[in-house]
Amino acid sequence: MTLPVLAAAALFAGVLAYGLFGGADFGSGFFDLTAGGSTRGGELRTLVDHSIGPVWEANHVWLIYVLVTWWTAFPTTFAAATETLFVPFLLALVGIVLRGAAFAFRKYSGTLAQARLFGAVFAGSSLMAPFFFGTIAGAIASGRVPADGDGDLWSSWTSPTSLFGGVIAIGTCSFLAGVFLVADAERAGHRDLASGLRRRTLTVGVVTGAVVFVALVPIIHDATTLSEGLTGRAAPLILASGLTGAATLVLLARRRFPAARLTAVVAVATVLLGWGVAQYPWMLVDEVTIDQGAGADATLVAILVAVALAIVLVLPALGYLFRLTQSERWTHD
Amino acid sequence: MVTDPAGLLPARQQMALSLGWHIVLACFGVAFPAMIFVMHRRGIVRADPVSLGLARRWSKVSAVLFAIGAVSGTVLSFEMGLLWPGLMGPFGDVLGFPFALEGLSFFVEAIFLGIYLYGWDRLPPRQHLLMLLPMATAGVVGTYCVISVNAWMNMPTGFRMVDGEVTDVDPWAVLLNSGALLQFAHMWVGAFMVVGFVVAAVYAAGMLRGRRDEHHRLGFTVPFVFATVAALLQPVIGHVLGIRLGQTQPSKLAAFELATTTEQPAPLRLGGLLIDGQPRWFVEIPQWGSFIARGSFDKPVRGLDTFPAADQPPVNITHVAFQSMIGIGSLLALGVVVFWVARWRGRDLSGNRWFLRCVVVAGPLAVLALECGWIATEVGRQPWTVWQVLRTTEAATDNPGLWWSFAGACLLYVGMTVGAGVVLRSMARRWRAGEEDLPSPYGPQRQDA
Repeated sequence: MTLPVLAAAALFAGVLAYGLFGGADFGSGFFDLTAGGSTRGGELRTLVDHSIGPVWEANHVWLIYVLVTWWTAFPTTFAAATETLFVPFLLALVGIVLRGAAFAFRKYSGTLAQARLFGAVFAGSSLMAPFFFGTIAGAIASGRVPADGDGDLWSSWTSPTSLFGGVIAIGTCSFLAGVFLVADAERAGHRDLASGLRRRTLTVGVVTGAVVFVALVPIIHDATTLSEGLTGRAAPLILASGLTGAATLVLLARRRFPAARLTAVVAVATVLLGWGVAQYPWMLVDEVTIDQGAGADATLVAILVAVALAIVLVLPALGYLFRLTQSERWTHD
Repeated sequence: MVTDPAGLLPARQQMALSLGWHIVLACFGVAFPAMIFVMHRRGIVRADPVSLGLARRWSKVSAVLFAIGAVSGTVLSFEMGLLWPGLMGPFGDVLGFPFALEGLSFFVEAIFLGIYLYGWDRLPPRQHLLMLLPMATAGVVGTYCVISVNAWMNMPTGFRMVDGEVTDVDPWAVLLNSGALLQFAHMWVGAFMVVGFVVAAVYAAGMLRGRRDEHHRLGFTVPFVFATVAALLQPVIGHVLGIRLGQTQPSKLAAFELATTTEQPAPLRLGGLLIDGQPRWFVEIPQWGSFIARGSFDKPVRGLDTFPAADQPPVNITHVAFQSMIGIGSLLALGVVVFWVARWRGRDLSGNRWFLRCVVVAGPLAVLALECGWIATEVGRQPWTVWQVLRTTEAATDNPGLWWSFAGACLLYVGMTVGAGVVLRSMARRWRAGEEDLPSPYGPQRQDA
């Protein structure tokens, strides 16, 4: 592997982690939004607080990792993407800011009225961020970001690949969140909550699967380079994603929640990985390859040193946090 | 003459707003964990419920502040590309590495924040206390890394320009650039001044309303001690930092000193504005300008007239911001000296209403000094984004819709400020009413208890 490819792999590992962990946090906004009135929805909203409260900031840092690695290792492609995709980047950012702020504000609200306002902002913006990230991914993957960054400010991210990408991102995040929340509710002994969540997660899973199926034809016509990769080199991954996704539905239906969590993670990870493999060796599809977009060699080495440091310092700490949140002591108040 | 890119002015305004807002929260991210550690440790070591109660409340406050700090920091990451593609495209691989390490620090801080916040009553007390240490350490490292990039913008190194192309990139030279350490010290100590004075001000306000219990005494004293040390160190660090300006950024120094022409020795001009190219309305102290800026009573201070008009910073903003920072900093240093001298002579000024009123004002003043210092260094570097390498006009985006984005940013920040204010005040109100746990208002009745 060349240095640029290693750096790109490190970057994509961040995309993967953000998609899985950040995605699950965003997706919980869907269930929060649809939890019903303040009395009926109270239990679910408390579960959302409890589940993502300790971890959302750490999961959010994967985004910072992705941005920083991107602009350090592939600076010109970063500038090109932010110039062309100014609008969806800005709107994703608005979603992120509102989500984080409103989540913290809601937890410490003094009155129910305030909590409802902040809660609505939290839940709505949780769906905004993945949608616009999906459109950004779609724009890059369908070759709509020119190397010099002078792509159209609107049509670059409103193609079928982008719009379906956004919707699929919302569906995927929600599905992932649902699977995680079901398991958390079951472990904490909230039986009724778990069965309600199970039903809705199954619905989200089926609908998302249907959207993916419907989106196939337009995406194949719209993003030819990507679809060549998806049906060629990345086909095993896409197949694996479909199978594990279906397995997740079966496991959910049979109330095997911890196992469902595992297959759901695999399903989302393989589809994201499939996207990466399909678009290889392009950094900006049809415009700039990984090698062409790479920054100075010395910087690529430095960024890999930073990644190694992250593996040594951050991952064990992150594992410790996750282990604590899943422990018996932290599950119950 | 080339016209400025359409996005130049709104990009600068938006960056100023978002960075000016975030820098206050960043101070809390850096300094607050250390303060909470002292309070929490005191509670454990002395088995003191008052200290423990304060630490617990402060950790809840930090949950709110760190959340909006995290998202407002993310805004800056996006804006690097959205507003300044002319900086990030050519120089991303030069300045990126310190940001990567800063990202790692932020990771560590966010992880241990989660553990600390939710560790109350779940982790063994001593182990729980230790979770603050990685947070405080990460704050130090993160500050250094971010500041090293700013120092690099002031004193660029670690690359060469050959025919307009960036070559010979050395990211380690950027990380370890010679300007970073002092600038870091200035910012880091500044963070403790801000948080120390702001938190002390909160409890001083409580004491003014007649709440004179142990809770308020401790809540005032611990941050005030931090603020004292910081306020006394800061003038020294600031002075040493300023002395090198004559060599590294003489045009910034000229603006700081309101020096239109080169003078030897140069006077110190207190106050004043540049009107039609002439300094007016200032108080002049002979020779002291040379001494303060150059460390000697007879060295010259270069005047603005020695720089081409296109290379001069906006003088008035830079000068006023710089001197306001110095003025406020001196006032705060004087204030803490008065307090401790009185205390040494057996008089406790925390019982004096006028002194408490001064402390209440000192909180916002410390924030103002921070903002002024940041404006002075950033505006004083203009017209350069990267000193003598990249002009701000070349760095800015030419996106014509940027005023819309700026308007949206204004709304967003007003909303977040109001939201944070409402929530923090409601927390304080409920604490005063005797509620300690602050359960969420939409939570179900506890049936499992």
